[in-house]
Amino acid sequence: MTGLDHEALSAIVTELTAAISTVDDLAGLDEVVARATAKDGPLGSLKRSLGGIADLESRKSAGRAINDALAQVTAAADARRVTLAAAARTEQLEADRLDLTEVVIEDVRVPVVRGHEHLVSQTRASLEEVFVAMGFTVTEGPEVETDWYNFEALNLPPGHPARDMYDTMYLEIGEPETVLMRTHTSPMQIHLLEAAVEADALPVHAAMAGRCYRLDTPDARHLPVFHQIEGLVIDRGITFADLAGVIETFTSAYFGPDIHSRLRPAYFPFTEPSAEFEITCTICRGDGCRTCSRTGWIELGGCGMVDPAVFEAVGIDPTEWSGFAFGFGIDRCAQMRHQIPDMRLLIENDLRFNRQF
Amino acid sequence: MRTPLSWLKDFAPFPDDAGLLRATLDDLGLVVEEIEVVGEGLSDVVIARIDEITAIEGADRVRRVVVEAGGGPLEIVCGATNFELGDLVPLAPVGAVLPGGFEIAKRKMRGVTSNGMLCSGRELGLGDDHAGLLILTHTAAAPGERLIDVLRLEPDVIFDVTVEGNRPDAWCISGIARDLAARLNLPFSFPSLSSMPLRGSETAERASLEVVDTQLSPRFSVAVVDGVEVGDSPSWVVERLEKAGMRSINNVVDASNYVMLELGQPNHPYDLAKVQGPGLRVRRAAPGESLTTLDGVERSLGVAGRSVGDTGTDVVICDAANEILGIAGILGGATSEIDASTTTILFEAATFDPITVTRTSRRLALRTEAAARFSKGTDPAVLEAAIDRFGQILALSAPSATMAPSPLFVPEAPPTPLEVVAPIDRINAILGTSFEVSEVAGLLGRIGFECAVDGDKLTVTVPTNRPDIRAGEPGVADLAEEVARTWGYSRLPRRTPTWSQPGRPGARQAERARLRRVLCGLGATEAWTSSLVAPDQARSVGFDEEEIVVANPLTEGESRLRRSLLPGLLDAAGRNLDRRADDVALFEIGATFVHPSSLPGRASRAGARGSGEVTMPAESERLSLVLARDGDDATSALAAFSAIADALRLSRVIVATQDEATSPALAGLHPSRSGVLVDKQTGAVVGVVGEIDPEVVTHVAPGARDRRLGWLDLDLDVLWDPGAVLRRPLEAAPISRYPSADLDLAFVVPDPISVESLLDAISEGAGDLLESVRLFDVYRGAGVDDGARSLAVRCRLVALDRTLDDAQLAEVRARMVGSAEALGCRLR
Repeated sequence: MTGLDHEALSAIVTELTAAISTVDDLAGLDEVVARATAKDGPLGSLKRSLGGIADLESRKSAGRAINDALAQVTAAADARRVTLAAAARTEQLEADRLDLTEVVIEDVRVPVVRGHEHLVSQTRASLEEVFVAMGFTVTEGPEVETDWYNFEALNLPPGHPARDMYDTMYLEIGEPETVLMRTHTSPMQIHLLEAAVEADALPVHAAMAGRCYRLDTPDARHLPVFHQIEGLVIDRGITFADLAGVIETFTSAYFGPDIHSRLRPAYFPFTEPSAEFEITCTICRGDGCRTCSRTGWIELGGCGMVDPAVFEAVGIDPTEWSGFAFGFGIDRCAQMRHQIPDMRLLIENDLRFNRQF
Repeated sequence: MRTPLSWLKDFAPFPDDAGLLRATLDDLGLVVEEIEVVGEGLSDVVIARIDEITAIEGADRVRRVVVEAGGGPLEIVCGATNFELGDLVPLAPVGAVLPGGFEIAKRKMRGVTSNGMLCSGRELGLGDDHAGLLILTHTAAAPGERLIDVLRLEPDVIFDVTVEGNRPDAWCISGIARDLAARLNLPFSFPSLSSMPLRGSETAERASLEVVDTQLSPRFSVAVVDGVEVGDSPSWVVERLEKAGMRSINNVVDASNYVMLELGQPNHPYDLAKVQGPGLRVRRAAPGESLTTLDGVERSLGVAGRSVGDTGTDVVICDAANEILGIAGILGGATSEIDASTTTILFEAATFDPITVTRTSRRLALRTEAAARFSKGTDPAVLEAAIDRFGQILALSAPSATMAPSPLFVPEAPPTPLEVVAPIDRINAILGTSFEVSEVAGLLGRIGFECAVDGDKLTVTVPTNRPDIRAGEPGVADLAEEVARTWGYSRLPRRTPTWSQPGRPGARQAERARLRRVLCGLGATEAWTSSLVAPDQARSVGFDEEEIVVANPLTEGESRLRRSLLPGLLDAAGRNLDRRADDVALFEIGATFVHPSSLPGRASRAGARGSGEVTMPAESERLSLVLARDGDDATSALAAFSAIADALRLSRVIVATQDEATSPALAGLHPSRSGVLVDKQTGAVVGVVGEIDPEVVTHVAPGARDRRLGWLDLDLDVLWDPGAVLRRPLEAAPISRYPSADLDLAFVVPDPISVESLLDAISEGAGDLLESVRLFDVYRGAGVDDGARSLAVRCRLVALDRTLDDAQLAEVRARMVGSAEALGCRLR
């Protein structure tokens, strides 16, 4: 044998592509493709016969021709597959058609199973309930913020070293690093105070909860997406003593009468004096255990008197009005109350977990 | 910061009660994260000399050792092999209790009695080395002497203290000691050793100093030390550094670190011989300049980074020939390091602008110990003390070293301290206290704030180590915190405030609570899926628009904001099905985000770099429900909506007929089994209902691909807009006390006529007498024309004031049929 029978090859290709273009279901197409690629199929037999070609160059070029032919057939099959799949889907969708305007609702039956609110929702709702009972108005705000609301107006000007405490997620919107995912609920303080000044509607007694974001690698105690609740009281004659009293009232109301609070000095640029507030360890009830490092206390959140710089940013006279703010993690509250070993359980949405609450 | 109690005691006679000290530090805001006790339980450990080492038959891991520990030969079995005859090692005799509570007892192994234990450094709590026994190099020690006497070990306690960002003054041993002494009412004073002798020519003749920009480096000082022999530090210096978490390098570097830890002033010793000039020049880096830092990395300087407000200002320390030696306040270069041949030192102690250091260190990702301290602000008046203390500590190990007289300071004098005028009323108004002016002066005085009292007014001189105290009204708040801290937060009064405005939940809280109750009642469980999603997730469920990109995501999979709750909920449902959960029905209420290029959100004050406004992404709060129980499909989703509509008193929200359905809203849904929910009266689109597209299911949750997944998604911003979605009036409708009658009617209705319009026509025909009308059967097929279907409806008729008789019912029936026929329907 001296060379490839090109006529035979092109006849095979014509036959196979014709078969592909006429086949009208996916199963039929698979059959054609199987025939085209089979070792003992027409192309396979031709390929086997190449051994008879003596000249190396001719043998190589014949091999290439057969491979090209196979590629041509495969491409045709792939194109046909797309068409057939689309047709099959259209047919399936049409067969499936259901006119929702004609549904007889009374005929629909659902299983008698009780659903469960998410533990974080439940926790947030009970916290909000406590604050409403204490005279707070509940409100909320956006999750995407600007540098002004999240930092600058809160006495954290650009370059402020304390910005490092907030591992901020920035968005590619506007100038670099101006639009961000709020790192805390405190920007709501600015929104509320700006609105109150605008409407001449001081005093403010508000609680605001919502989702916050930080670049924290998830672990047993941290999630990059988490929830905070924040309180803000701006009124005449408000003092640090009122802050301590409100924290204590809230602690006992939410965690129970034998759980108390204490404040210790801390630093937040938007409050002065600032404090960290701790509550009686909910595990050992104050006796000292591993969870509380044997101190009997566990840290819950931050608080303090609203800093004069914040009043200045929103245009409130700090000699007429004073106030305090506090904030803490809702997820952390839920974790403590229910002794959840790993915070990540909250976002796994495993019904075996969610249905416990 | 690791703080050894022994070091604190240099400053005040603190008690040994670690618990009391911890509680006091905590209450001062110097939170103790951990307490480490060293050298405890070592009083029984004695020095032993190795006199004999023999193998034990049949044992290859342990050997028999005979030691002399002052009481005659003692036989001991030992597993370590790093010692030789004559070595001195620590021996814990029988009865000794080691740190951690391990009691040594007499043991017999392979016929050999072990009368104690030879110890490694780790076993004694003296370091991490546990490769072998601790071999003592103190050749003067005699067998039988106590280890603590030989090593001059004293039990010590190390507090690991977290210092808040506004307390740079407390980020050193002396600062912590000052606060602690003030609270415990103990006398506080700086320890002093002999200063290094001053000799030779004036410093100004030995080295030059030029500070180009005094804003960026408010105070700078240099000193020259001659006759230095680089070698080891005294053992107590090494021990203190190690307890504080630093390694000993050589006496010069150790003295430098000692000063930083004790006084909080970072500093730098240069080898004077390697500094051109010799002299230092402090200036701004020109754009494009670079320096190879000690870590071998070439750092490009003077170019603004991405961070808000960064102008690319970097401060560098140069030699007199203007070549950069180091990045000010952050890290030095390699060229002028101290080495074994150094004999003359140029010692630098300076202050730098905290914000500039913060920016540079952040941009270059060089977070060094010095940078961390300068970022928070250092004391410009401590430089004299830093130089003196460096000389004192170095002199201990370099007795022939001398310092050139008159170290250079630019400017010569420290800045005038800030004065804050604080009326006592203001302090009390902030704290809710009733302090007398003298009490406040006393409390502040104890931590170094001098107070001049004039009637009810205090004029407070702020120590220069307190850069956190501001001028004016903010300064009064700052001082109030100091008063409170020194007095004790826990001793401050508490009061529960009251106000006349009532508390109330927001409108949305109440509505959300109602939605959650309805959905839970329907058997659905609430999920919480992340708002951060993978690229192209929105596209995969049909949203062909610009994504909101997180510029600095944790992972690529969390680099976009979600456009829809569908992928997250579907994934959660799929996982639960994979785990063979029963009755999987999940809902979520949460924000979704739309890029401003598709739907401009509110305009918001930008702040920082942009003083103007920026268009924010639109945030849309949505409720989504996925139903994946056996038998669920689009109709169960519709039934769920019907329950919600009832609970929220929605007046008339209907499924738009298919041709009215707008396709973008139905992205990701089954094209022929889904519909758009529309307020009939206002035309507002409330959401969508139906099934998830089987292709999307296969892609996102392969485990659920054999099911029909019911789907409901509501735009809560529309739902809660009273102008967009009308609600039923709150007035109670009267209920008839007379019996009602049901009339079933079946019509052949051409396909273009919707069920809704048939029901409307019937209602219109029936007038006041119709209590309810509902569809109960749909039939297509034999007996009904092509292009039409039979719709059977049940009409319940009742009058408020009488029982309807047959004639009246017939009349109403005729009106209803007539009305339907006028629409184009035919009674069957």
